[in-house]
Amino acid sequence: MSSTSLSAVRSWRPSLPRRHVPVLATLALLLVMYGIGVSQYRAFSNVQVVFNVFIDNGFLLVVAVGMTFVILTGGIDLSVGSVVAMTAMVSAALLRDGLPAALVLVVALLIGPTLGFLMGCAIHFFEIQPFIVTLAGMFFARGMCTFISDASISITDGFWTGMSQARIGNPAGNFVSISVLIAFAVVVVAAYVLAYTRFGRNVYAVGGNAQSALLMGLPVGRTRIAVYTISGLCSAVGGILLSFYTLSGAPLIAVGMELDVIAAVVIGGTVLTGGSGYVFGTVLGVLVLGVIQTLITFDGSLNSWWTKIVIGGLLFAFILLQRLIGIRFK
Amino acid sequence: MTGDRPVLTMTGISKTFPGVRALHDVDFRLFPGEVHALMGENGAGKSTLIKVLTGVYGTDAGTVTLDGDQVSFTGPMQAAAAGVSTVYQEVNLCTNLSVAENIFIGREPRRLGAVRWGEMRRRARGLLARLDLDLDVSAQLGTYSLAVQQMVAIARAIDVRARVLILDEPTSSLDAGEVAQLFRIMRQLRDEGIAILFVTHFLDQVYGIADRITVLRNGTLVGEYRTEELPQFSLVEKMIGQELDVLGRLDGPQGRDAVARDGQAPLVDADQVGRRGAVAPFSLRIHAGEVVGLAGLLGSGRTEVARLIFGADRADHGQVRIDGARSPLRTPIQAIDHGIGFCSENRRAEGIVGELSVRENMILAMQAARGWLRPIPRRRQDELVQKYVEALSIRPANPELPVRNLSGGNQQKVLLARWLITEPRLLILDEPTRGIDVGAKAEIQKLVVQLSDGGMAVLFISAELEEVLRLSHRVAVMRDREMVAQLDNDDTLDADRVMRTIASGTPREEVNR
Amino acid sequence: MNTVADRLRPLTGHRLFWPALVLVVMLAANTVYRPGFLAVEVKNGHLYGTPVDILRLSAPLILVALGMTLVIATGGIDLSVGSLCAISGAIACLHISGAADQNSPSTVFTALALAFGTALVLGAWNGVLVAVIGIQPIIATLILMVAGRGIAQLVTEGQIITINSGPYRAIGLGHFLTLPLAILIALAAALLVAAFTRRTALGLIVESVGGNAEASRLAGIRSRRVVLLVYVVSAACAAVAGFMVTANVSSADGNAAGLWIELDAILAVVIGGTSLAGGRFSLGGTVLGALIIQTLTTTVYAMNISPQTSLLFKAVVVIAVCLIQAPAFRARLRRRRRDVEPGPTAPQREKEQVPA
Repeated sequence: MSSTSLSAVRSWRPSLPRRHVPVLATLALLLVMYGIGVSQYRAFSNVQVVFNVFIDNGFLLVVAVGMTFVILTGGIDLSVGSVVAMTAMVSAALLRDGLPAALVLVVALLIGPTLGFLMGCAIHFFEIQPFIVTLAGMFFARGMCTFISDASISITDGFWTGMSQARIGNPAGNFVSISVLIAFAVVVVAAYVLAYTRFGRNVYAVGGNAQSALLMGLPVGRTRIAVYTISGLCSAVGGILLSFYTLSGAPLIAVGMELDVIAAVVIGGTVLTGGSGYVFGTVLGVLVLGVIQTLITFDGSLNSWWTKIVIGGLLFAFILLQRLIGIRFK
Repeated sequence: MTGDRPVLTMTGISKTFPGVRALHDVDFRLFPGEVHALMGENGAGKSTLIKVLTGVYGTDAGTVTLDGDQVSFTGPMQAAAAGVSTVYQEVNLCTNLSVAENIFIGREPRRLGAVRWGEMRRRARGLLARLDLDLDVSAQLGTYSLAVQQMVAIARAIDVRARVLILDEPTSSLDAGEVAQLFRIMRQLRDEGIAILFVTHFLDQVYGIADRITVLRNGTLVGEYRTEELPQFSLVEKMIGQELDVLGRLDGPQGRDAVARDGQAPLVDADQVGRRGAVAPFSLRIHAGEVVGLAGLLGSGRTEVARLIFGADRADHGQVRIDGARSPLRTPIQAIDHGIGFCSENRRAEGIVGELSVRENMILAMQAARGWLRPIPRRRQDELVQKYVEALSIRPANPELPVRNLSGGNQQKVLLARWLITEPRLLILDEPTRGIDVGAKAEIQKLVVQLSDGGMAVLFISAELEEVLRLSHRVAVMRDREMVAQLDNDDTLDADRVMRTIASGTPREEVNR
Repeated sequence: MNTVADRLRPLTGHRLFWPALVLVVMLAANTVYRPGFLAVEVKNGHLYGTPVDILRLSAPLILVALGMTLVIATGGIDLSVGSLCAISGAIACLHISGAADQNSPSTVFTALALAFGTALVLGAWNGVLVAVIGIQPIIATLILMVAGRGIAQLVTEGQIITINSGPYRAIGLGHFLTLPLAILIALAAALLVAAFTRRTALGLIVESVGGNAEASRLAGIRSRRVVLLVYVVSAACAAVAGFMVTANVSSADGNAAGLWIELDAILAVVIGGTSLAGGRFSLGGTVLGALIIQTLTTTVYAMNISPQTSLLFKAVVVIAVCLIQAPAFRARLRRRRRDVEPGPTAPQREKEQVPA
């Protein structure tokens, strides 16, 4: 038997790899939505509209990047919204108590990853479902928020207000905030880590088939714990960005944000069972959510709840799409 | 080509699990440049030996040497690093990653911590070219067939400069062409001086490629043979062994009188039923009151036959007639409606629902047939359960205990009761006596005889020929996923002849009849 | 071995022992902290007092948790119940608010029927996604969890619909035979679900499918229908809970109604001793679990701590219960114990794991 006959053994393989279909569908969706916006509303073509989508959703993007890591391993992290709130809350409380901004940043950025690390350990060592562990994490973080304060605490620190008001723009008057730059930095780093480091590849391997990954000698446990830690870190960064944006910490901010984040990641083409997806897709997913909001804001007649219905519909469509094109890594 | 000094020796290996002696004083050696088949039936200790070798298990006694140095691996990774690589039956790769990544993940070429994709693909192409494989290395592994995935697994294994390659049933899901392809690669690697330990259940494959055969039985070494010096019949005999008949005769002489079935329509008539990748099309008729034994080595397709008749798997070839009427058996529900019951060999995964009580497990099939809206009255349940707890002497006789707390033999009896309660016309028993104690075994055998005397048809699958011969009116013989013969269990049939059929595929005396 | 422990085993081994003990301890601790805690008095022919309040307030949670128990027993999960509460409450209130006579029983009845019917349809949608299309339950129900809030707000048009309907209000605040009507409804639902599962073979089949899906298939169980059915039941329970939640405040708020009730319900089920992995379920345990959660919330209120802070306690409870249920954690404990004294049952288990 020759080697040519073996290539014939190879099963059907279209020129367009199936795993790219969801991402391309999202991209197409985004372009169509933008096209609709531009054709319907004059002001929509203003570049600042796009920039505003980024400004409004910078923190969401950062958190979604962290969630992408988790979902790529086949897990889920329900604690992100609460961790975002807790980080903002802790920052606000510490600043109110007069701690220097740099120290506050360090402390705030440590809490999220620590919680994530602990959750990862519980998931790995005790084999408890990620869903329930991160649910406990969500309760914990949200409880901590109100434990710190029942009411929202405003931030008057110079560094924070500086970050909040800084505008990086071009002479035409279009601008983005510092948060957007930070979010982009996070995206670039995450994309590099996933594509070019051993850890990143292990994330995909664990999500594809954890049992195989173990037999291939990959550090499955370490990878799993790491993704929850990363998600915690991203949530912490997201919390800081949110506090730049709102200049306050509020105990009930970002309630239900985990759903938006999961929706963004799934719409961005990452498969919920793990093993397939890209940070780039997540960026698209967040943009889709942002553009939907913008469209609904532009259209005066539609109300904000349509956002949720449309997101739910998209979630359904993409989950069905993933199922139909038969991404089957089990 | 075989070198004169073994690359690997295992001496006096013993391994005991709580309650089970898995290996006892086993020797094994492997020479460079040979394909060495490790043969044995269920429970012979093949897997345990491999796991001891690769460090998954520790040993109780014995030594392993690699190139003359004593080694004791802590796990498959360390073993692979030392040149002992394993490819498992189920392809243990990640189908969502590219071919190149699957070969190199965990040891990707890197520069400053960054994976060098170009270099990795280049090296993957080189390695695959060495195996004469032409693949797109950046394509997802999942887009290739299982056979190709298996070969990619081998490529991964030999990239770590393997000197010993363990192939644990790599061929069980491959078709003939794919097996040939695999063998070509195995021969090539052998000629490069790699020692290959090959585990398979297919006799033809052993004789097609192995230079040497080691046979294990019940955890002990039977012997090591050169392939050309060991006729197939002897191999089968050595694997199955002449088991001492500790149970005594059940009723009368060995074998049972043929059921008068002249003119009687068969209860189940499977006509050229088959499923790709599982079992070649076979025809089998089972009459009421008849016990048909299914003999064959482990992995010969016995279970697959049973699953097709029961509709647990869907046949893609042929048809089944029940009482002469064409009956598509696509799901277990349809089979059950036709009065067929099936006790799986895999008691824990496919049989019992461990958390539920003995009573609930027993009435499950009957309840399923009635639908959830028509519960079986509790009194009726208790009657049925009581009846079978007594009839099968299930111990402990407390029907409210969770079934997982019972011993294996008693769990088996519970499953038997589950089907007997449905009063099936055909009961398929897949290895009902495996892994249970001698007393329970005798009871189950006695029960089979009683049931068939009462008019029930039984398809009885067992690895033990003695048992098959004692209970069956007729014996269908499986070999390499094919039903090769159906022998009437008359005075002329003995274990010897069945073994010969398993070994050669033809019951020699029968050829001309 | 400790003989006292042995003698107590029939008691401690009962699946309701631990949840009941926790509840008793919590009530006792409350009584110590505030001696009047358990006092119940009769006013205007109705019972009043903290225990009665706990019962009344826990009614919606008990309802949702009952449905959730069945879903979890099949090995699934239903995240959409909170949204379903909001939708059903919104539809019922919308219909009543549009009627000429809000107090007419027929109006209220039509409203309830409309909302209930909608919930059944949505439950069937969940069931189809899980049982027919084969999407993981957590993901399938996530869709409705997200979209459902939007639908509820769509129904209420983003407003809070206030109604003034005596009969509807009674669902949440009425009394019957001196007891709050809500707890009676919850109790009736519990009995109904219990009868529905234990008087038919549904319970057995649900436990069988959740305990071992493949064995159930080979035993001839049509698991699809049953799985579909439990999602419908879960939605039905959520709908009734939605009526209560909105009746309590005589208004429907698409955003707030039933918020986070799915998480509390899951927690109640887990505390009640039903494993998240599916299999055996205990409705009694679930009811106890719901009461524990409500007692916790009430206690936190009574201690003048922000209600949100009770989440901290819940986090601790979730982790503790899950650790106790986790096989890996148990195995670790057992291994430690076995090092001291080899148990007689342990080898039996491993025997079957010896590979061929």
